[in-house]
Amino acid sequence: MDHTEEIRIGNTADVFQNDYCGVRSISSSRRTFLGLMLSAGAAGLGALLAVPLLRFLLHPLVQATTQPSWKEIGNVEDLASVTSPVKKLVKVEQRDGWRKIVSQKAVYICRDAKGDFCALSSVCPHLGCTIAWHDDKNKFVCPCHNGQFTAEGKLFGGPPPRGMDRLESKVEDGKLVVHYQNFRQLVPNKEVIA
Amino acid sequence: MATQPLEPGTFNPWIDRRAGARDRRKHLESSPLGAVLNEPIPGGASLAYVFGSGLLYLFLSQVVTGMFLALYYVPSADHAHTTVAYLTKEVTSGSFIRSIHAYGSSAIVIVLLLHVSQTFLYGAYKGRRKLLWLAGCVLFALMLGMSFTGYLLPWDQKAYFATTVGTNILSYIPVIGGPLKSLLRGGTEMGTLTLSRFFVLHVFLIPGLILAFISVHVFLFRRAGPAGPIQGEPKALKQSTEPFYPKQVLFDACFALVIIGCLGLLAHYAPVSLGPKASPADTQYVPRPEWYYIPVFQWLKYWESGFAIVGILVIPAFVALLFVALPFLDRRPERRPWKRPVSVSIYGFIFIGLGALGGISHRNDLRDPVVAPQLAKQRADVDAFMKRPFEPEVAGISPFAAVASLSPTVSSGKKVFDTEGCAECHGEDLSGTPSAPALFGVGQKYDSGRLRSILRQPTEAMIDEGMQPVDVKDEDLTALIAFLESLK
Repeated sequence: MDHTEEIRIGNTADVFQNDYCGVRSISSSRRTFLGLMLSAGAAGLGALLAVPLLRFLLHPLVQATTQPSWKEIGNVEDLASVTSPVKKLVKVEQRDGWRKIVSQKAVYICRDAKGDFCALSSVCPHLGCTIAWHDDKNKFVCPCHNGQFTAEGKLFGGPPPRGMDRLESKVEDGKLVVHYQNFRQLVPNKEVIA
Repeated sequence: MATQPLEPGTFNPWIDRRAGARDRRKHLESSPLGAVLNEPIPGGASLAYVFGSGLLYLFLSQVVTGMFLALYYVPSADHAHTTVAYLTKEVTSGSFIRSIHAYGSSAIVIVLLLHVSQTFLYGAYKGRRKLLWLAGCVLFALMLGMSFTGYLLPWDQKAYFATTVGTNILSYIPVIGGPLKSLLRGGTEMGTLTLSRFFVLHVFLIPGLILAFISVHVFLFRRAGPAGPIQGEPKALKQSTEPFYPKQVLFDACFALVIIGCLGLLAHYAPVSLGPKASPADTQYVPRPEWYYIPVFQWLKYWESGFAIVGILVIPAFVALLFVALPFLDRRPERRPWKRPVSVSIYGFIFIGLGALGGISHRNDLRDPVVAPQLAKQRADVDAFMKRPFEPEVAGISPFAAVASLSPTVSSGKKVFDTEGCAECHGEDLSGTPSAPALFGVGQKYDSGRLRSILRQPTEAMIDEGMQPVDVKDEDLTALIAFLESLK
């Protein structure tokens, strides 16, 4: 291979500035093709290398944070006097990444139409503020966007998409226990999130 | 409407009009990227020139994996080890990414040595490349700083003790050595402040400096141009130049692929392990630095106190100075290594010497009747720790605070436990350390009579492990036993 040939292939300035459709454009398109192959290879390899990184990044999203468990609220006899909703705190063990934490969550104990106990999550199904019970007004009001609920948690005003979320509850050995769960916000139907 | 033929050099008229680029190829031509791609290499592309870009790739890989590791890592003495254990044992791909990062640091040292050796043998530090060499020397030192500071961050036994020794070496420096060590440690002792300082150095300060010096290094390289082969008429070389793209780009890409392949295979089949949490009370631990510091470690053994400063400071400083000042000492334009016998033999001698020191250290560790079994035990401890499932840290409350509050006897027993310093070996959370077992369930294992007798008079095996007889009043011993029995 003589030097002129070498320079022709090599020197892009010649190729680009002087001659686009002659013999030399062959070397130009070869360079372009190679460039495309290299870019495609690099992009493919980059995507492959990104897989473990993405899995690493997304790990907390696929991991359950709360262990499902039934929490004791108190003796049924002590709760017998409940007519309007009362706030009770439950301790929920949670995995917080590399920590194990015990966090307190507020639930409301109420009576449903049949007179049985019911338990309501205090988390607003709208945007997650904590709902407060107003004894004087005989209703639940969310302090953030004024969502309003009846004593049984039924929605009757404001922006929330559904009523307050009812938690599973049962009486065991004379004690009321509830199953604390979190629910998705902004959807019309109750959906459990881990 | 008939499609108009594209003007040469245009790609997509819609984009080009809006990007203000009339001829992208001309634009590329004058851009920094174009300038790099068209860099003429005298004598053509060569596999010998791949190491610089390999280092750049490795540095980027360290930056990316390091950023991801920081998603889970907490730089504090009470959480660092837990978070590293969490990301290694539990987080998806965590072990793989941590291994890529840890092996990446070794890969950097290897490629750095190849890069320096190639530069040295090709005499590529001469003439107008003196400053280029100096910037490279700074990068070399910064990279060693990165590996030293990164080593401590997992806060396991190996990290803790290697860094204790490493920082103590500073004490040899007269006058400023002591204060310098305290400054680096954030106090006289190793502790959580040391970890914070090392974290800041490893994640903010040194990487920032490395980025700055990489820019300087690349800028100076572009100024001086590639050195080219060691032989050949300058005129002929000039005529046989070849642009950086495509052939050299291909070579560099292939080298990056080799690096990726090696790191990926190692990280997958031999992931980096994590040892038990650092326990300063462990008196048996034999620390060993990372492999590339082993020769220096061995070298330090030969210098008795009194002369130590010569071996530890004067000689290494002299060698480092010789290395840095190389382009100013060796000013002849001659580049062929066989015509530079003195400098090449000094260089070779230093490397052979370092290799020999490493070999001696390895042989000693295998043969020493005390060290060899201890190192084997440490490896077994690491394996045992890696096999145990991850235990999350209990936030806020200590695991035994609740039990201790139950009865007054148990809580006074807890006081005896604290004042007698039992936690130093059995661990503050009672989960044990390499020097002593965990105490949970000990009350179920032994009845109170047996507990009383082994506390008063430990068995010989226990004494060998460092257990002391508990010399307290009878009622205190009863309380202590009640406390131990409450641990389930």
